[in-house]
Amino acid sequence: MTSGSEDDAAPVNPLRDPRDRRLPRIAGPCGLVIFGVTGDLARKKLMPAVYDLANRGLLPPGFALVGFARRDWADQDFAQVVHDSVKEHARTPFRDSVWDQLSEGIRFVQGEFDDADAFEQLRRTTEELDRERGTGGNHAFYLSVPPKSFPTVIQQLDKSGLADTAGGSWRRVVVEKPFGHDLASARELNTIIGDVFPSGSVFRIDHYLGKETVQNILALRFANQLFEPIWNGNYVDHVQMTMAEDIGIGGRAGYYDGVGAARDVIQNHLLQLLALTAMEEPVSFAPAALRLEKQKILSAVQLPKDLSRHTARGQYAAGWQGGVQVGGYLEEEGISADSKTETYAAVRLDVDTRRWAGVPFYLRTGKRLGRRVTEVAVVFKRAPHLPFARTATEELGANALVVRIQPDEGVTVRFGAKVPGTAMEVRDVTMDFAYGESFTESSPEAYERLLLDVLLGDPPLFPRHEEVELSWQILDPIEEFWAEQDRPDPYSAGTWGPESADAMLAADGRVWRRP
Amino acid sequence: MSIDLTDTSASKIAAALVQARHRSGSPAMGMVLTLIVVAEEKDSHDALRAALEAAREHPSRVVVVIPRGGRGPVRLDAEIRVGGESGPGETVVLRLHGPLAEHAESVVLPLLLPDAPVVAWWPGEPPAVPAEDPIGALARRRVTDSAAAARPLACLAQRGSGYHAGDTDLSWTRLTPWRALVAAALDQPPGEVRSGEVAAERNSPSAELFAAWLEMKLGIQVTRKTSRGPGITALRLRLDDGELAVTRPDGRLAVLSQPGQPDRPVSLHRREISELLAEELRRLDEDEVYGETVQRERTAASSSS
Repeated sequence: MTSGSEDDAAPVNPLRDPRDRRLPRIAGPCGLVIFGVTGDLARKKLMPAVYDLANRGLLPPGFALVGFARRDWADQDFAQVVHDSVKEHARTPFRDSVWDQLSEGIRFVQGEFDDADAFEQLRRTTEELDRERGTGGNHAFYLSVPPKSFPTVIQQLDKSGLADTAGGSWRRVVVEKPFGHDLASARELNTIIGDVFPSGSVFRIDHYLGKETVQNILALRFANQLFEPIWNGNYVDHVQMTMAEDIGIGGRAGYYDGVGAARDVIQNHLLQLLALTAMEEPVSFAPAALRLEKQKILSAVQLPKDLSRHTARGQYAAGWQGGVQVGGYLEEEGISADSKTETYAAVRLDVDTRRWAGVPFYLRTGKRLGRRVTEVAVVFKRAPHLPFARTATEELGANALVVRIQPDEGVTVRFGAKVPGTAMEVRDVTMDFAYGESFTESSPEAYERLLLDVLLGDPPLFPRHEEVELSWQILDPIEEFWAEQDRPDPYSAGTWGPESADAMLAADGRVWRRP
Repeated sequence: MSIDLTDTSASKIAAALVQARHRSGSPAMGMVLTLIVVAEEKDSHDALRAALEAAREHPSRVVVVIPRGGRGPVRLDAEIRVGGESGPGETVVLRLHGPLAEHAESVVLPLLLPDAPVVAWWPGEPPAVPAEDPIGALARRRVTDSAAAARPLACLAQRGSGYHAGDTDLSWTRLTPWRALVAAALDQPPGEVRSGEVAAERNSPSAELFAAWLEMKLGIQVTRKTSRGPGITALRLRLDDGELAVTRPDGRLAVLSQPGQPDRPVSLHRREISELLAEELRRLDEDEVYGETVQRERTAASSSS
């Protein structure tokens, strides 16, 4: 299933042979318009990803890249910016021939987001590109802009006719998180976008879903016989999902304050991870089938009754982190001294399905934690009977299967093994599969994969608005509960979060893993 | 870590590998395949470098077999490298002296990774029928390079006549960007393709395969034109309303021209051996399209001679 109609009626290309898997899918003629090209994301991720795609031969000849921003730049100035960002951040080696191919299609349009003339100019530019570069009226608009500008840009695209398609060409829009800040605002945003672009043309980027390791969760679960039989409440005790950052909020005070860790991370990344970890096997990997299963899981998520007991939030205080003394959240520039924004959030969620009955999912995220790590840990029940002396298994923990998302991508299996020696003693050992060192040297970066999927019109890795709304439905009651509470519990920077988070697991008789 | 063993045996080499891995502190094996490189002494250095480069994408145990032969006594020398600059995998360079050169498979067999697929690569002159070669018989995938042979076109013809499932040739791999480009150009249906022409330097097995592939898939006649190179310099497909052409005079930047479309530059740089090898290692099952093409090539070539 593809979003547009252009693929449906296309005659068969005699050179395409399903057995010929060397031939990559190259995007058809098209262009990419980036709003907010001066931002960090555009410079560090998007423009290098465009180059890397071109270097791998995955972009169509005549591909056009248009930048839109307030700066007073000419096309060449912008081309220079792209050139510099590519040289600095691209993953594949710089080649003049690739650059020559790209640079001819680089354009810049100067303007404010509310400036109708600038959008008129943008429309003329895309039409010119259709003529000069053969982009065929196919353009994707990447909104790398603050959420408050979404509506303005979308409406300008509408008014200037940039959103209109003609004769089988397509227009797509790409938005980055956050997709609203609660259910109501998410719905409002969806309405605004939905009025202009059909839902199949809207691509919400959650760059986590473009990561190889996240997709590997699906491979691990559904390509193997080994794990699926034990992937349920009969064998799994609980699941811990962690996304920890060692950095503070840096320069993002304006965005972060009032949003907090839960909205920033749990609503999108962690709930998507939960959906992929917990979902039933889709009937196929077609986008619709995958989405259906994810939605089923998200709609089956239940909140704990007593939110004070089963959620925790914190705010980092000054401390030492990895040998560096760092300030607390309230001392960060641009944060008011009485901010109640949480920088650490942990919640227990239950999934009301037969597979997961009685298996809590613990989600936690935070800034200024012990180290940067994202992982999904499936912790198994202890063996029902241990035919050893009690002393022999004292050091034996629970078996665990850990999918390490970043850094050091891979899979760890933790199990007991006999300690060498004459006495029978069992201790935990780990078995490692390091994804990082195996295939990644030239595997595509998340943004590369996602950009290509946008240009190909291939939506399985992008959350749809139904999923976004379901996620907010899960998070909203927690946020409302927290809003009534006093300040978040402080925790020293460089530790693994507030004591209340430990108490939350202790209440269930469990402990957090040290990731 | 590097270990040199002279006058040794396969079991000593295997033991040294295990020991080296333990000593470098990572007993886990993340390697996905064994790559056997059969090379002459003069080619072995470059081949090993390319293999190690490719091993960054596909961590492997690289076993380089250098049959020294000669009339001297049987002797096996080995250089083992684990960790360090050799990348994520392991390297064993074997020098086979005396009659042992005829029995390389007996040394290689105990050094294959358990369960993992085996790929054999001849960077220079390949055996007539790789699948029947003792080393080739160990491998699931046999990679040759007709362009590196003394008589490239004769070598390519031999690839066709001796084809077995699992064979591939780097002259086919070199074509992938060309094939991808022309396939993408035909994604927008151009109407009927009448005939074609491939221009390339003399003795280019890639050009022969390209022409054969286009003839087979499009059901047209493709003529072969000789140019100064480097490599393939142009592809022209005659359409009802004009010509679809990809021209690459300098081996790096091509121009795609289509009727009713502006001319567009496309990067089409010639790739390093390591990149070709990495592409080969990505899929280890039979390349059926190559099989059909190389065997068709044989009939075309024999009929024209």
